[in-house]
Amino acid sequence: MGNQGLLQHLANGISLGSLYALIAIGYTMVYGILRLINFAHGDIFMLGIYITYYGILFTSIPWWIVFILASVLTGLIGLLLEKVAYRPLRESPRITILISAIGASFFLQNFGIVVFGGRPKAFPIPNVFNKVIKLGGVSISLITFIIPLVTLLLLLGLTYFITKTKTGMAMRALSKDYETASLMGIDINRIISITFFIGSFLAAVGGIMWGIRYPQLMPLMGVMPGLKCFIAAVIGGIGNITGAVLGGFILGLGEIMLIALLPKLTGYRDAFAFILLIVILLIKPTGLMGEKITEKV
Amino acid sequence: MKRKLWLLLLVLALAVSTLAGCSQSEETGGSSDADVIKIGVFEPMTGANAAGGEMTVEGIELANEIKGEILGKKVELVIVDNKSDKVEAANAASRLIEKDEVVAIIGSYGSSLSMAAGDIVNKGQVPAVGCSPTNPLVTLNNDYYFRVCFIDPFQGTVMANYAFNELGAKKAAIIQDVTQDYSVGLSKYFVDAFKELTGDEDSIVEISSYNTGDQDFTAQLTNVKGKNPDVIFAPGNYGESALLIKQARDLGMDTPILGGDTWEAPELVEIGGDSVEGTVFSTHFTAEAPVTDVSGVFLEEYKEKYNKEANAFAALGYDAYMVILDAIEKADSTDPKVIRDKIAETTEFMGATGIITLDENGDAVKSAVIKKVVDGEFEYLTTVEPN
Repeated sequence: MGNQGLLQHLANGISLGSLYALIAIGYTMVYGILRLINFAHGDIFMLGIYITYYGILFTSIPWWIVFILASVLTGLIGLLLEKVAYRPLRESPRITILISAIGASFFLQNFGIVVFGGRPKAFPIPNVFNKVIKLGGVSISLITFIIPLVTLLLLLGLTYFITKTKTGMAMRALSKDYETASLMGIDINRIISITFFIGSFLAAVGGIMWGIRYPQLMPLMGVMPGLKCFIAAVIGGIGNITGAVLGGFILGLGEIMLIALLPKLTGYRDAFAFILLIVILLIKPTGLMGEKITEKV
Repeated sequence: MKRKLWLLLLVLALAVSTLAGCSQSEETGGSSDADVIKIGVFEPMTGANAAGGEMTVEGIELANEIKGEILGKKVELVIVDNKSDKVEAANAASRLIEKDEVVAIIGSYGSSLSMAAGDIVNKGQVPAVGCSPTNPLVTLNNDYYFRVCFIDPFQGTVMANYAFNELGAKKAAIIQDVTQDYSVGLSKYFVDAFKELTGDEDSIVEISSYNTGDQDFTAQLTNVKGKNPDVIFAPGNYGESALLIKQARDLGMDTPILGGDTWEAPELVEIGGDSVEGTVFSTHFTAEAPVTDVSGVFLEEYKEKYNKEANAFAALGYDAYMVILDAIEKADSTDPKVIRDKIAETTEFMGATGIITLDENGDAVKSAVIKKVVDGEFEYLTTVEPN
C-alpha cells in the first residue's frame, strides 16, 4: 500500500468515524442524563431519514429547510416516544424501561416496514453535495468534509448548552439525583422531554448525513448504526459527549484500517466492533473518558 | 387509567404491525380444502432482497390470474415473506409444508435463501421450484428442488467472456458478498473462467469481501484501486452494489464494473444514480428480445396489469408457476410426490423466459442476456447461448 492508499484509507476512516460520532452523541446524551440506554435511538435515526426523504420528494420546500423541519419533527417524535414508552415506567426498576426501549425499537422497525414498504428507497441527494474533491491522488466527496464539521459544531453547541445554560444545568442536576433535583424546583418532566427532543434531533441530523453518504433507505437501516454507535458511546465512556465523538472516530477508523491492513478479515468487520466493546468492558468499563462511578452508601 | 390506556394502545399497535410485517399471506378463508389446490410461495418481501422478491411475486400473481384453475380446482397462492433471512426462509418453508399443506413451493430469490429451505422440502417431500437462485448447490443432491433459470457456472463464464473479449481486460478484481452463496459462487466461476481465458494464473489481482448490510465499501475499493485492475466483477445485492459502485466513482475509479442477474432492479439505478452508468450485468430475460410465443403473451399481460415493462424475475416467477401447473395437470393428482416426478420430467416447456428442459439435477439450461445501464435504463446488449 502506497502513501496515497494510506491517505485515502485515512480519509475514508475519518468520514465513517464522524458519522458514527454524530449518531453516538445523541445516544450518550440520553444515557448521561437519564441512565437509560435508548435502544430505539437507531430507529429514530431511521425515521429521521424517511421524514427527510418524503419532505424532499413530496413538498417544494428547499432542501435545507426540509432538513431542519425533519430534524425538529423527529425530535418531537422522540419526545412522544418518551411520553408513551418511558415516562409511565419511570418509577419501575431500570430493567423494565430497558425492555420497553427494546419493544419501542421493534415497534418502530415494523411500523417502518408497514408504512414505508420493504423495498429500499433512494435518498434524494441535493446536488450541492454531489461534488468530489481531488487532493493529489486522494478523492474525497464533499460530504466527507461536511460531516466532521457538523459533528464538531454540534459537539461545541451541545457542550455549551449543557455547561452554560440554565436548562443544561438542570439536566446535569437531574443526572446526579432525580429526587433532590425535583426538590430544588426543577420540572423533571420538562427537562427529560427536552433531553429526548435534543437526542432525537441529533439522531435525525446524523440520519440525514448518513443518507447523503449512503443513499439507501430501508426500514431496518437503523439497527446496525444504532448498535455501532452504542458501542462508540461505550468506548468513549457512555454519558460523556466528547467521549462519544472520540469513540465514533476510533470505531470508524478501526473498521476501515482493519480492512485496509488485514483484507482477509473483512468478513469480521462487525465482529471487530463487538470485540472492541467486550475488550473495553473488560479493561475499562467506564470507557476512555467516562466518570468513575462512586457507590453511594 | 390514562397510563394503562396508552400502554394498551402501544401493545395493540405493536401487535398489529408485527403481524402485518411478518407474513403477508393471502389466505382466503371459507373455501374448504377439497376444492382448492394450494401452492406456497416464499420470497423476500422485506430486507436486503426485497425488490427481487417483490418482482418475482408480481410474475407469480400474474400467472395465477391467467391460469387460476387446474383439475377443476381453484389454485390458491400462499405467499410468505422470508425477510431475506436464511433462518426465516427455513421457517417459511416449514410453515408452508406443515401448516398450509401446500402441494408445491415456488422460491426463492437468493440462492442462500433457497438453500436454507433445501433440506426441509427434501424431507417434507414437497417439490420446490426456484425462480432465480443460480447457485448450483440449490438443486444438487436434492430430489425435490428444481429451478427454471440457468446456473452460475454458465453465468460466470458469460461475464468472464464479456470482460475478456469485449472489454479486452487482462487483469480483474473481485468484490464479493461473503454472506451470499450466490455472490461467492458466481465470483468463483468468474475467476475460473477468466484465468482460463487469459491463461494467466495471476490475472485476478484482488479478491475483496464484504457482508450483506454493509454500507461502506471505501476500504475494499481503495485496496482494489491500488491493484489497478482492468475490470471489477462485483456480483451482489442490488442495494449494496449500487452503493459500492457510487463509492468507487467517488473515489475516482473509472474501471468498468460488472455484475450478475441480481442487478436487474430499478433500485440499482435509483440508489446509484449517474454512477452506475455503463455498468454491465448478465440476466435471464429481456423484453426487447422475446424468445417464445409465451414471452409475447406474458409481456402484454404484464404491462396491462402493472403498467410497466416486465423484468427477468417476474418472467421467471411466471414460468415457475406455469411449470408446476403443467406438472399437476400431467400428474392428474395433487400428491406432492407425483407432482415432483412430473416436474422432473419437464421437457421443452414453452416458458416466457425460453424453452425449459430440466436436466438430471433439476436445472434449466437456457441462454443468458447481457444488459448495460444507459441513461438510467437497462439496455439490451446481446444474448449468449449455452454451449
